[in-house]
Amino acid sequence: MMAHAKLRTVGAFVPPRADFEILSREVYGKPLVYLDSAASAQKPRQMLQAMTAFAESEYANVHRGVHFLSAAATERYEGARETVRHFLNAAQADEIVFTKGGTEAINLVAASFLAPRIQPGDEIVLTVVEHHSNIVPWHFLRERHGAVLKWVDVRDDGSFDIDAFDAAIGPKTKLVAVAHMSNVLGTVAPLKEIVARAHAKGVPVLADGCQGAVHEIVDVQDLDIDFYAITGHKLYGPTGIGALYGKRAHLKTMRPFNGGGEMIREVTRDIVTYADPPARFEAGTPPIIESIGLAAAIDYMTAFDRAAVKAHEASLLSAAREAVSEFNWLRVVGDAPGKGSILSFETEGMHAHDVATILDREGVAVRAGHHCAQPLMERFGVASTTRASFALYNTRADVDALVDGLRKARKILG
Amino acid sequence: MDDSLRELYQEVILDHSRHPRHFGPLASATHEGEGHNPLCGDRVKIYLSVDDAGRIADIKFEGKGCAISQASASLMTDMIAGRSVAEAEKLMDGFLHLVKGEDATDLVGDDRERLDIMAGVSAFPMRVKCATLAWHTMKSALEHGMAAKSE
Ligand SMILES: Cc1ncc(COP(=O)(O)O)c(C=O)c1O
Repeated sequence: MMAHAKLRTVGAFVPPRADFEILSREVYGKPLVYLDSAASAQKPRQMLQAMTAFAESEYANVHRGVHFLSAAATERYEGARETVRHFLNAAQADEIVFTKGGTEAINLVAASFLAPRIQPGDEIVLTVVEHHSNIVPWHFLRERHGAVLKWVDVRDDGSFDIDAFDAAIGPKTKLVAVAHMSNVLGTVAPLKEIVARAHAKGVPVLADGCQGAVHEIVDVQDLDIDFYAITGHKLYGPTGIGALYGKRAHLKTMRPFNGGGEMIREVTRDIVTYADPPARFEAGTPPIIESIGLAAAIDYMTAFDRAAVKAHEASLLSAAREAVSEFNWLRVVGDAPGKGSILSFETEGMHAHDVATILDREGVAVRAGHHCAQPLMERFGVASTTRASFALYNTRADVDALVDGLRKARKILG
Repeated sequence: MDDSLRELYQEVILDHSRHPRHFGPLASATHEGEGHNPLCGDRVKIYLSVDDAGRIADIKFEGKGCAISQASASLMTDMIAGRSVAEAEKLMDGFLHLVKGEDATDLVGDDRERLDIMAGVSAFPMRVKCATLAWHTMKSALEHGMAAKSE
């Protein structure tokens, strides 16, 4: 497509569109403009080929057989763990637990770390921006163990006031749970400061990095964070896999999550003893092929200059932000300084679903709704928003298509 | 413009959604129901006043939602008032067939003509739930009296 070819260079970074076969398809006879990567990112050929090659020539179950392939597959699986370790800069690979996604990683912390430590009246601090997957597991502890949820608010522009964390963390706080990057507002939480304030009071911190790890460079040691959850499919990797980073000192003390094969040391009729982490938390056959895909996706995205990718995404966000500021019928929700490349907005007299339907027929894929963040919607007094999110393969032409589509929606509905 | 979009957002629909008929609470309600579309967070409340003869003497709705759900609720309340419960349910069946793109030959005459403006929804499978929310809510209100919720 000429338009894309001409606009490929924004700053120093050239969006690698050719790696993503799907970006050359059409929908309703229009070129696909994919602006829903915050829901799930598209898949580069390199990642898909890595999974296929592994499945075709090296596949077997892991940690089970003595045969050649099982040993080879185990080595690859553990190699993928090492790739994730390096990606998050964890000190040791056994601090990385593979899960089936970000949601499961957070549920693991709730069930295996926090549940046994909660007495009725103990508090969990979370923020109003959280995705339901970083809310509902804590509600479980409220319902089942009498935990009390304390909510940290954001300012009207979506930014955090670090002092609000200080105010919320008290003697009964057992955990702070916060999204590294909001999937609706794009707000990036000041993780390092939050951890410092929480640790000063002896409270561990979990970051939901499902969005953050895609766009920010994460160093769990520098952050000194206790837990960090990621999900593969937003990182240009496959569905069905995610990972939890947990400090070794925590993982060692945690009880198992699911029970089954691989997570035991010994099982008799009378007793069971458990494997060391991370195996203790990986019951059953893990997502083996997906682990190879996740590692390949991480290799793929980290081969780019990540600062340049970030600058590219930020330039798309600011171009879109500037263009929509001319629409007096549109209100952007979330304008925090340094926010990630997510643009959520409300449109006067036009419901997000209607806007998204019209954009869709223009080939522009956006998300409309509450984005699994209902407390946040309530905070901003909206039932739903339309959300465009920008990834490394998006271009200025994509921004233009979004803006043109919005004009059209206004014409039809306004 | 895309023909299917033109049909979906035709003037009558936009008019219903901008100026919904029968909007507001109903003091004399004998039945009420609340419907929720978990996909988009839209909510609708339906109030019905059913007399001893099983006739829907009055019906009103409240809620916020997309053009399709608002227009559908508005049109529904406009058409239901005065019918018996059995007639209302029959109309609903016809409506569901219509918006799902199924055989809607049971819908005839004036009813067919008026509901036909919603037929375009069938080309947008992701939006069928928007169109049916008010109807399902009405049905569960009729079944459960004063405390019905519908997902
Ligand atoms: C901020 C955030 N947290 C958690 C999740 C859940 O991730 P998953 O559905 O892959 O488990 C998502 C994505 O939906 C998200 O955006």
